[in-house]
Amino acid sequence: MQERSHLYGVMGEFETAADLIRAAEKTRDAGYKNMDAYAPYPVEGLSEALGLRRSWVPFLTLMGGLGGGLTGFGFQYWVNVIAYPLNIAGRPLNSWPAFIPVTFELTILGAASFAVFGMLALNKLPHPYHPVFNVARFSRATTDRFFICIEATDPQFSVTESTRFLQSLDAQHITEVRDEEAPLEHGHG
Amino acid sequence: MSAARPQENHPEIPHLDPVLAPGHSYESVTEQISAAVLTRPTTLGWFVGFTIAFSVLGMLTVAVAWLVIKGVGIWGINIPIGWGFAIVNFVWWIGIGHAGTLISAILFLLNQKWRTSINRFAEAMTLFAVACAGLFPLIHTGRPWMAFYMFPYPSTMGIWPQFRSPLIWDVFAVSTYGTVSLLFWFVGLIPDLATLRDRAISKPKQMIFGLLAMGWRGSARHWHRYQSAYLLLAGLATPLVLSVHTVVSFDFSIAIVPGWHTTIFPPYFVAGAIYSGFAMVLTIAIPLRKFYHFEDFITMRHLENMAKVMLATGLIVAYGYFFEFFMSLYSGQKFDVFLVHQRLHGPYSHFYYALILCNILTPQLLWIRRMRTNVTVLFLMSIVVNIGMWLERFVIVVISLTRDFMPSAWGRYSPTVWDWATFIGTMGLFTTLIFLFVRVLPAISIAEMRELVAHDEEHE
Repeated sequence: MQERSHLYGVMGEFETAADLIRAAEKTRDAGYKNMDAYAPYPVEGLSEALGLRRSWVPFLTLMGGLGGGLTGFGFQYWVNVIAYPLNIAGRPLNSWPAFIPVTFELTILGAASFAVFGMLALNKLPHPYHPVFNVARFSRATTDRFFICIEATDPQFSVTESTRFLQSLDAQHITEVRDEEAPLEHGHG
Repeated sequence: MSAARPQENHPEIPHLDPVLAPGHSYESVTEQISAAVLTRPTTLGWFVGFTIAFSVLGMLTVAVAWLVIKGVGIWGINIPIGWGFAIVNFVWWIGIGHAGTLISAILFLLNQKWRTSINRFAEAMTLFAVACAGLFPLIHTGRPWMAFYMFPYPSTMGIWPQFRSPLIWDVFAVSTYGTVSLLFWFVGLIPDLATLRDRAISKPKQMIFGLLAMGWRGSARHWHRYQSAYLLLAGLATPLVLSVHTVVSFDFSIAIVPGWHTTIFPPYFVAGAIYSGFAMVLTIAIPLRKFYHFEDFITMRHLENMAKVMLATGLIVAYGYFFEFFMSLYSGQKFDVFLVHQRLHGPYSHFYYALILCNILTPQLLWIRRMRTNVTVLFLMSIVVNIGMWLERFVIVVISLTRDFMPSAWGRYSPTVWDWATFIGTMGLFTTLIFLFVRVLPAISIAEMRELVAHDEEHE
């Protein structure tokens, strides 16, 4: 095994979203865990077919919102009550209703930023290079084709078996996905 | 008065145009929208339009440069009319932006399929409108390089912004709005950037779109989180967009100036914002669909729906005008009563009558279906409404400030050539950005159009 490239997985192509969902369900039922499906638009029911757990994005968004809101209010309180209190005709220093607009805006800002950057971070994006891009036909994954890739890291994975399995799902253009730029020390010594 | 629904199978009920013309596949929508960016050559018409827009932007540059050299004295503002064009234009532009967020967020939450083909450029319009809007308060300070004073930073003097002032709320509202709109727009663009990366033939385009797409590969795991984030963003942008024009209206209504100090301002400002925003979306959509042959994607249904939203928000605005008057007269407060008199008979009354004509009377034509489905009428109507909404802000700012409580504090305002150059210049900035946008990015969301194709196929 002195190959410079290492195997990332095997990939099969499907023509419709319905085929993809059916195939994803069967792949999961067959016991594969490390796999992914690729689609040109968010296919309804695909997350369930793959058995994806609820994402962390809503929780991160909540944290961002709470963080933004507390920072916003806390900061205005600190400025007006602690850092530079100004007694104007005996009016309360902590005039909280006047602090609501800024608190609200910072809540939204915090929540929205956490939603976007949290989503990108959980998706490990930016990630300009990925082995699946080595498959020539994969460029159609952003136009009109659907793909399933069973990854080599799956305990049940074997090139012949997994390929045969994809064939049984009526996948077309089944190809091995190779990671050309894998570092040499990556477990092949 | 029967409870039955006589509409069903009634021959007079017109058939609704589809949201997407029939016969499209994933490939055809992708090809047609991405071709406008990737393969279709830049037309002469684009160059001519861009040159005109860019020249007008040049005028803005000159006007702002002269302002920086001479100061705000080159404008028509004075005491007592310290706000003038700068604030009129600020409110006008920020209002225009609101339709983009409404279309992308509120209609998304309401699951309106027809939003799909117009949300992308409506969001772009929001961003560009916010950019134009933000410029005005910035240069209105007279020393734009000192504008950072408005943000809380630890200065050596130990002082902080006045957080009880609506003007500081405005800084936070508008900057948050700009940031969140940018995030929303960019998140929507990611899958399309990946499509463009995969379809681009030339190396530089592959590189640029590849860099922007950040390696998006349509993974189901990614879509899973992506959809969650997108839905949350829509949910966050909805209260945000309502808050922004509310805060803008606080700039007026928190003050005690007659004609400003009313509680109806926030809702009627928000309605007015959406009104002018939809007008601007129509102003852009109509030429866009014509010149880029997007009639299949931006169908009559879209134009008609937008006309209906305009009509509805226009009526809310009319209600606002009516109650502004009614409450002033009913209150019996002499300064408020006097202001009503000034609007109807004062030196700026012709602006007020023009405003009623543009914003209330003309749009009533939209009750007629034949008018709503006539592209030329809609285009002209959208311009009339935009003029009307600009007049509204002029009336609010100028009439109230020229007729304060004491006659000794009364004044007159007329804009100078530099006011006009700056205002028209921002239209150049806006149009330049729109021209660049339709040339380098997909003006319609490709991924969402594919979803629409899938949806149509399922229901056949």
